[in-house]
Amino acid sequence: MTVRVTNRYSAGRRRLLTAVAVVAAGVVLTSCTSNTPKSSNSGSTSSSSSTGAAATGKKVRILFSGPVADHGFLAAINSFAKAEAAKYPDVDFKALEAAADAPSQIAAVQTAIAEKPDALIIFPQDGDQLTGVGKAATAAGIPVINLDRKFNDASAYRMFLAGDNYKVGFNAGTYIGQKLKGKPNSVIGEITGIATLALTKERSQGFKDALAIYGLKVSRQVNASFTVQSGQQAMANLLAAAPHLDAVFNHDDDQNIGSEAAAAQAGRKEFFIVGTACSNTMLKHIKAGDARIEADVTFTPAISATAVSMARLIAQGRSMPDLAGLPMPSNMLIDSELVTKDNVAQFEKFGWD
Amino acid sequence: MTEPVDVADHRPAGPGPADRGWSFSQWFRADASEPVRRNLGLVIVLIVLYAIGAWSRPDIFLHADRLWSNELTVLTLASSIGVVAIGMTFVIISGGIDLSVGALLALASVWSTTVATQSYGAATMVLAALLVGTIAGVVNGTLIAYGRMAPFIATLAMMVAARGLAQKISGKTTQVVSVHAITDIAQRKVLGLPLLVVIFGVVAVLAWVLLNRTTFGRRSAAIGGNGEAARLAGINVRRTQVLIYALSGLCCGIAAIMVTAQANSGSSDHGNLYELQAIAAVIIGGTALAGGRGTIVGSVLGVLVFTQITNLFIVNNLAIEYQLIAQGVIIVAAVLVQQFRVSSLRRGPA
Repeated sequence: MTVRVTNRYSAGRRRLLTAVAVVAAGVVLTSCTSNTPKSSNSGSTSSSSSTGAAATGKKVRILFSGPVADHGFLAAINSFAKAEAAKYPDVDFKALEAAADAPSQIAAVQTAIAEKPDALIIFPQDGDQLTGVGKAATAAGIPVINLDRKFNDASAYRMFLAGDNYKVGFNAGTYIGQKLKGKPNSVIGEITGIATLALTKERSQGFKDALAIYGLKVSRQVNASFTVQSGQQAMANLLAAAPHLDAVFNHDDDQNIGSEAAAAQAGRKEFFIVGTACSNTMLKHIKAGDARIEADVTFTPAISATAVSMARLIAQGRSMPDLAGLPMPSNMLIDSELVTKDNVAQFEKFGWD
Repeated sequence: MTEPVDVADHRPAGPGPADRGWSFSQWFRADASEPVRRNLGLVIVLIVLYAIGAWSRPDIFLHADRLWSNELTVLTLASSIGVVAIGMTFVIISGGIDLSVGALLALASVWSTTVATQSYGAATMVLAALLVGTIAGVVNGTLIAYGRMAPFIATLAMMVAARGLAQKISGKTTQVVSVHAITDIAQRKVLGLPLLVVIFGVVAVLAWVLLNRTTFGRRSAAIGGNGEAARLAGINVRRTQVLIYALSGLCCGIAAIMVTAQANSGSSDHGNLYELQAIAAVIIGGTALAGGRGTIVGSVLGVLVFTQITNLFIVNNLAIEYQLIAQGVIIVAAVLVQQFRVSSLRRGPA
């Protein structure tokens, strides 16, 4: 031990004062963690009617397994699913504890299979890695709804349900193409999500194909990673690289919060942005016309609500009346829609934070 | 080992026992007198990067005004990770490591942008971020100094827990900032320079003074050089360690404000992988991972090299994979050059 030469009393008092200060700071800080949202409008995706597919059937138990919601979009996936399930008196719905990685999700699904539910909805961390348990569930006689990230084997699911990423890019390209047609020298930027994901490649391909129809092409592509900060950095570099821009397609609305900020910081407003997935923040900007974002394309988390209602019908052995007596489809891609100031009101219910 | 040098005129806090009889005085003099010579490797890398820029995009790199605006973009992008790397420099010089910096930045940004905090205004938001960062840093330091945990383990635990707490508080949503005084930080200019760059510069100068001209700085290096010797020499090793991690946390708090202003939001995703970027910048900046030796100038240059590479690739419309490969190559190249420089410095007159 070191020899103490300081006055013990004053040292003790100083320590006490420090402790009091730290506790006081802690008290002040904890009062700052409240985050009560004004009003959350997640849920309620379809008006209920008591005829056809909505009519109450036999009681079914549906289990839902999703990845950890580290993005507002994924958090909304969970809440839309719960809200939809609550609408059906004949559905007993349970969301499994969110899995942090593929192996723990595999373990969670294996446990779920042992519970013998009437249907299982799986939003995989990784479609390839979860294919095995998808097959195991199917073999155990449980219909599996594979949401968003596809299993690599069609025998692992009863229905694959996802948003159409190609159309996301295609619709964005069509909007930009119609606005810039006849100007082949237009400078068009693209801020992608995580470059290695299949969905990023599909969005980019759709965007490229649509622009080609109008004789346009992507001048500059910058990768981001679905985070606000990466969107800010990507846009700052994009603006440094291109002294003039005409339009930017941003693959994610969360990213676009950062991209809009970067454009404001650079004082650039000569271009417009098309966003993706319709977050509340961006829908507000489109409505108010107070930012660079002019249009958005839907890629809605409400797809999880659709998954619940599809799982319910499959579990009950029913189909949709509009299928004219044919069974439920095995593949379903939800089309992407273009949202502009003119029609933004009807998409507000799909917004997420 | 070299003979003790007279550095009394550099030290307002009075001579301590730390500066006797070990190689720290050597790096000190080198850093104070010849930062360029010490960091020659990185300066060369930067010059090569500009040369590549001038060759590949002459329209930007050979026009003064466009080069200036491009470099301001680079400096602005470097500012937040730069502040984090400066805090990390102290930690690594003291022989430690702080893996929690990215998570602390996220936690501080989320804490300072909740609806409740925002309602108290900009000053409270800034204070909240600084306090959260510092207190978490004190926790890190206490676990390491008094709990005798390995820095790698203690800060790894903090990294996971702080990121989790940030997700919990934010409800995994992006918290948009509506207080204009905060978003203004990223738009305001001081003497023609973005305020963020000025903050980065001020933090770097203060850190340089703290490291090279105060007993705290010398103690940090002494602990990293030989913790047991430092303790025997009468340095309160534990208290100094707590202060070092608190300083790193404070830097994360400052950076959190900067990122919040830049991204116009607080998010549990902010500062993703900052720990790796900061450590890489500090290491290529010539700070020894084993501690005892390092410079602020080197860390700042390290951050600038990485940011300039990213900028160069985006300006040339090249895909991200080339960028990652280039960063790996440059880490190896810069460290090899540094090792060569350091060994030739050691061989030279002491």
